[in-house]
Amino acid sequence: MTEKLTMAQALNRALRDAMAADGSVSVFGEDVGRLGGVFRITDGLAAEFGEDRCFDTPLAEAGIVGVAVGMAMNGMRPVVEMQFDAFAYPAFEQITSHVAKMRNRTRGQVALPMVIRVPYAGGIGGVEHHSDSSEAYFAHTPGLHVVTPSDPADAYGLLRAAVASDDPVVFLEPKKLYFGADEVDLDLPVPPIGRAVVRRPGTDATLIAYGPSVPVALDAAAAAAVEGRSLQVVDVRSLQPFDDDTVCRAVRSTGRAVVVAEAPGFVSVASEIAARVTERCWDALAAPVGRVTGLDIPYPPPRLEHLHLPDVDRVLDAVDDLRWERGE
Amino acid sequence: MRPDPEGLLPATEPVTLIDSDGAPVTPARAAVPPASELVAALGAMITARRFNDQAYALVRQGRLAVYPSSHGQEACQVAAARVLSDGDWLFPTYRDTAAVVARGVDPGQTLTLLSGEWHHGWDVATHRVAPLTTPLATQLPHAVGVAHAARLRGEDTVVLALCGDGGTSEGDFHEALNFAAVLRAPVVFLVQNNTFAISVPLSRQTAAPSLAHKGAGYGIPGQRVDGNDVAALLAVLGAAVDAARTGGGPQLVEAHTYRMQAHTNADDATRYRDDDEVAVWSRRDPVERLRTFLTRRGDVDEARLAAFADDAERLAARLRDELAADLRHDPSELFEHVYATPTPQLREQLAMLRDEATRDTPAGGSR
Repeated sequence: MTEKLTMAQALNRALRDAMAADGSVSVFGEDVGRLGGVFRITDGLAAEFGEDRCFDTPLAEAGIVGVAVGMAMNGMRPVVEMQFDAFAYPAFEQITSHVAKMRNRTRGQVALPMVIRVPYAGGIGGVEHHSDSSEAYFAHTPGLHVVTPSDPADAYGLLRAAVASDDPVVFLEPKKLYFGADEVDLDLPVPPIGRAVVRRPGTDATLIAYGPSVPVALDAAAAAAVEGRSLQVVDVRSLQPFDDDTVCRAVRSTGRAVVVAEAPGFVSVASEIAARVTERCWDALAAPVGRVTGLDIPYPPPRLEHLHLPDVDRVLDAVDDLRWERGE
Repeated sequence: MRPDPEGLLPATEPVTLIDSDGAPVTPARAAVPPASELVAALGAMITARRFNDQAYALVRQGRLAVYPSSHGQEACQVAAARVLSDGDWLFPTYRDTAAVVARGVDPGQTLTLLSGEWHHGWDVATHRVAPLTTPLATQLPHAVGVAHAARLRGEDTVVLALCGDGGTSEGDFHEALNFAAVLRAPVVFLVQNNTFAISVPLSRQTAAPSLAHKGAGYGIPGQRVDGNDVAALLAVLGAAVDAARTGGGPQLVEAHTYRMQAHTNADDATRYRDDDEVAVWSRRDPVERLRTFLTRRGDVDEARLAAFADDAERLAARLRDELAADLRHDPSELFEHVYATPTPQLREQLAMLRDEATRDTPAGGSR
């Protein structure tokens, strides 16, 4: 059965369905109870499942994540919300030193099946500390899974997969995509974490994107098609683990690639993808792997964020730079 | 309903039931535990002392990477384990291995992490003892989560969470107390105030009247107890555990004690404290105090004390045996538990290590 849902609604449905399916799933964080979260992702959950299963906490992110660790140690599947990307930083020690390492330091005895939801990235005209792309911090930490959807269907499927996972998942929700609607098939099987997907076929070059940058890449591919260039778009979806097979198969089919991501480019997930693709596809590449990323600056104020964010023109410029004079 | 602030504040003086000369304090501010319990506690403290000193020696012999000793804090260590029921949980710091042993964990397993292993050793679920935690106070929110999950399921579990005086300066200490109070989680926070955080004295750690006063700000009752008097600790901690178990919410207990040895073997305590101060505290020794008290009352005799010493010696011998073997690792262990299933990238890296090992092996030889 398909329904037309926004990403926010799809995430809400995923939480509701997960809580209905498994009594050990509980949702907590700042303003997630009566208010339903500042983005309404937890709307109605407290009323439907009661305040033991969806509750507001004191305003302290390390405490939220730390308490979730303890609950996961004791049979629960907590799903916690960090209200905004930059407000997850107080929980950084809990996430990197405990969430990521508990399974390893107990030789697998203590798993932490928990999800840390983080509304992230820009494009919403937010004031400072409300638009960070924080994925590299988490993807760099062994022991965490890091996923980010780019449409409502993946938002539903990936969040169900994250809640079902026996490993901790940092679930990055692109804020600027929350309110875009699309058809979602709620009956599809839960997809595995760790699989990229080809969003648009193409033969001349491959755009590799994730989360908020996928629509940018798709728009760029549409614009390029008008100019007679066929761009393939791969949605990474899972930053950790990374799907080398799908990404490399795609790049090998075109011989050229540009990575598109919103985070500052220096020491970024985009850097890692470019390096991996170069190492693994070198013999098939006609040009160095390009990158279109955010600038290496603190996230700019609302009226200037367009200067920072990858857009169609920058992507097309990067595609133009892929040594077309060298033919195939 | 907001709690009465006066009821949350600790008394001016810590509770002592047996003074440093081994004499009963009168009038007693709490019931002295029964002789059988105190005798058992003495046996456990003699074992804990021997465990501490054996572990310290094993560092010198290269069998442990490091050992933060709780020598001098054995009353706290033993009381923390003894006030818990089987279904309760203990959350230790790295200085609380003697409490972990007193809880029943195998002594060699207790020291796994400190021996230089990549994992922490014992079975968490069986013993209901959380892994040793090194980053200060970060285990306290976990303790709250374990307690909250138990309470949601209607279980009567209590969680005893340990930290030191230095740990009370960490943000996680404050967040854990606040969450516990708001959730009314059945957690007893035991702060072992041993007066030093490595080299930094308590006066540089806090300007509060006492660490137990910090509970009031969160709506948690705070109490102070003589941390070298196991009778007082058993009474005060036992009452706190009972209160938490019966819906009284979280409790905070500050135990006044002293770290008799350096922070670890790698530390030089003579750089920051005087021998005179150490001498004062050695006259307050928790093991001697209880031995004197029980001997004078006739609750233990020489034969019983000799039996305790034998038990302690056997544990030390077992510890030496368990740590005598060199660590042997299969490299695949390093990848096995990072995730439930190793990622493709980890499988590639394991293959690389195996390939290196193969190339390092001389033809026809064994490793």
